[in-house]
Amino acid sequence: MGAGLALTLIAGCGGTTKGSDAAVGGDDKAGGASANPDAPLKEGLKIALLPKEIDNPYMTVMDKGGTDAVAELKGTGKAVGPSDAQASSQVSYINTLIQQGQDAIVIAANDPNAVAPALKEAMSKDIAVVTLDSDAAKDARQVFVNQASSEEIGRSQVKLIADQIGGSGKIAILSATPNATNQNTWIDFMKDELKKPEYAKIELLPTVYGDDDDQKSFQEAQALLQKNPDLKGIISPTTVGIAAAARYLSSSPYKGKVKLTGLGTPNQMREFVKDGTVTEFALWDPGELGYLAAYAAAALASGQITGAEGEKFKAGKLGDRTIGKDGEVILGPPTTFNTDNIDDYDF
Amino acid sequence: MNTVLAKALRWESVLFVLCVLVFAYGATSTGEFTEQGNLSFLLLDYSEVALLAFALVPIILTGEIDLSVASVLGFCSALTGALWDAGMSFETIVPLVILAGVVLGSVNAVLVVRLGLPSLAVTIGTLGLYRGLAYVVLGDRAVTGFPENYRPLATDSAGFLPYAAVVVAVVGLLVALLVHATPAGRSVFAVGLGAGTARFSGIRVGRLKTALYLLSGALAALASLIYTLRYNSARADNANGMELVAVAAVLLGGVSIFGGRGTVAGVALALLAMAGLRNVLFLDDVSNEIQNVITGLLLIASVLVPVVVKPRRTKDVPLETTSVDDGRRPGADPDRGVRRDHQGV
Repeated sequence: MGAGLALTLIAGCGGTTKGSDAAVGGDDKAGGASANPDAPLKEGLKIALLPKEIDNPYMTVMDKGGTDAVAELKGTGKAVGPSDAQASSQVSYINTLIQQGQDAIVIAANDPNAVAPALKEAMSKDIAVVTLDSDAAKDARQVFVNQASSEEIGRSQVKLIADQIGGSGKIAILSATPNATNQNTWIDFMKDELKKPEYAKIELLPTVYGDDDDQKSFQEAQALLQKNPDLKGIISPTTVGIAAAARYLSSSPYKGKVKLTGLGTPNQMREFVKDGTVTEFALWDPGELGYLAAYAAAALASGQITGAEGEKFKAGKLGDRTIGKDGEVILGPPTTFNTDNIDDYDF
Repeated sequence: MNTVLAKALRWESVLFVLCVLVFAYGATSTGEFTEQGNLSFLLLDYSEVALLAFALVPIILTGEIDLSVASVLGFCSALTGALWDAGMSFETIVPLVILAGVVLGSVNAVLVVRLGLPSLAVTIGTLGLYRGLAYVVLGDRAVTGFPENYRPLATDSAGFLPYAAVVVAVVGLLVALLVHATPAGRSVFAVGLGAGTARFSGIRVGRLKTALYLLSGALAALASLIYTLRYNSARADNANGMELVAVAAVLLGGVSIFGGRGTVAGVALALLAMAGLRNVLFLDDVSNEIQNVITGLLLIASVLVPVVVKPRRTKDVPLETTSVDDGRRPGADPDRGVRRDHQGV
């Protein structure tokens, strides 16, 4: 109490400050509706997918999985979205989808907060909101379909690079945008994993950002090696970043000497695995991610689930799924790709 | 004078018809377009662009440019976030942020007016500089949780009219009064038609331009407050690239890029047409790329059509073609009178 008062005084004139009553949002999660697990999945649902950006190959595969699932459910599915990954550019799309009276919105958020007010408005109009790949603020969606546990992704990336560089030397992370929710969470787990004694000989350089832009990522990879000729490895936990870095390395003297791993799609990375630039990288199937999210959206829109922990729903070919803490549904562990198995995948 | 007025009115009429067409098409193509919620969103979605455009109008009328407006917005948004995060009260942040915008505007003014550097080069430079400073201030963080007692000012509406749109309308009106109904406004046009002539006529060209750059900074800061509250998110990359949309609106509105010609009403109509078009295209599920193509073509048409329709207007070549133009500034254009003619709208 005293501390609060002191803070108010410091802030001056008793104005509105961070943490004061007026500043704290009073929004409660929309709802009160109860789930009816026996409700049939409705036909003819209008479900829209809103990726981070529309021309990103990873997002395209994800959208395809989602619209395929909507087709299985005899609904109308579509994917719309901005051509840049800027924070606010998704908001116009959300408003449009509300106006169009969609039954559900499935979104990969560019900025968890910037999209929150618009998503809350959608929920207030009985539109089911599911996030996938990159979450929005927790009270602005009902279900978050997570690719794999963030902790598992982050820690496994460190293991991959440590194996490839023989456990010692300088490494760097080439990430997407500085605010990308998922990349930042993984990077935090990577940093935590690196604190373990077995990685004591690995030095992590400051993270660089390619903004999920091919050219910028390429230039950042180039700059990393110019500044640190003794760099041993790069982790790029973004499909755009790893492909751009691989393209740079494959035509540079560092090919095969500087190790590169991260999250990439097999189709983008195939030639670099085959020419020896990249030994091993990981990813889940983004198509399955979109597929699972679309089923979750349909279950929400049909009243089967509300997004509460412990609720179950059927996800077509992916079987039964249970909603975990904070409305999270997890797709499954990432797959590791190398010369042995990369040709088994096409996405 | 009459012919100039008549011509200006004619371009505004074209824009008015364009607005009517866009809104009529919207109303007939999708039932959702005319819903109250959609109309208020349509206006809200363009409020920041409109403020930047109104900041640009008087500057472009003098023959200069300010491409740093969206970066000023980004910097002010980042500053808002950093100060809010540090526990400062929102009531204190607002004047500080407006002041910051004015300071950034004054840097542009010093470089353009005092040092006589071309404003295109200067503001391309500060476009990058201010965006960079935004990252210095807030880093790669995003600050959220802005006060719920102020946020409705940027998000809510009275009927279909968002409060933010009222702010924009008031600003537009004030800029219109400044430009079209004050001695300072007449000076703006005079400088745009020929800085040398204007200077010899006793107009303090430097002081005028300085004031306009300060105003631009203040309006960009105001836009940043609306933007930050509307999205409830302060970030260094806010409104990245918005300067081009604002410049497009000003040019589509019939303001000559060489200065000296244009009206605020034209720009307001252009903003309304662009906002309506964007909204209709969204509702029709037209992809972002195609939207950009359409907006781009519209802009080209807006400068092309008048030239094609009226290739000769020698009668209108104004007096200043014979005047002593100021060769002091590298950006000065001795052929302005002639070029302006091709630019005619």
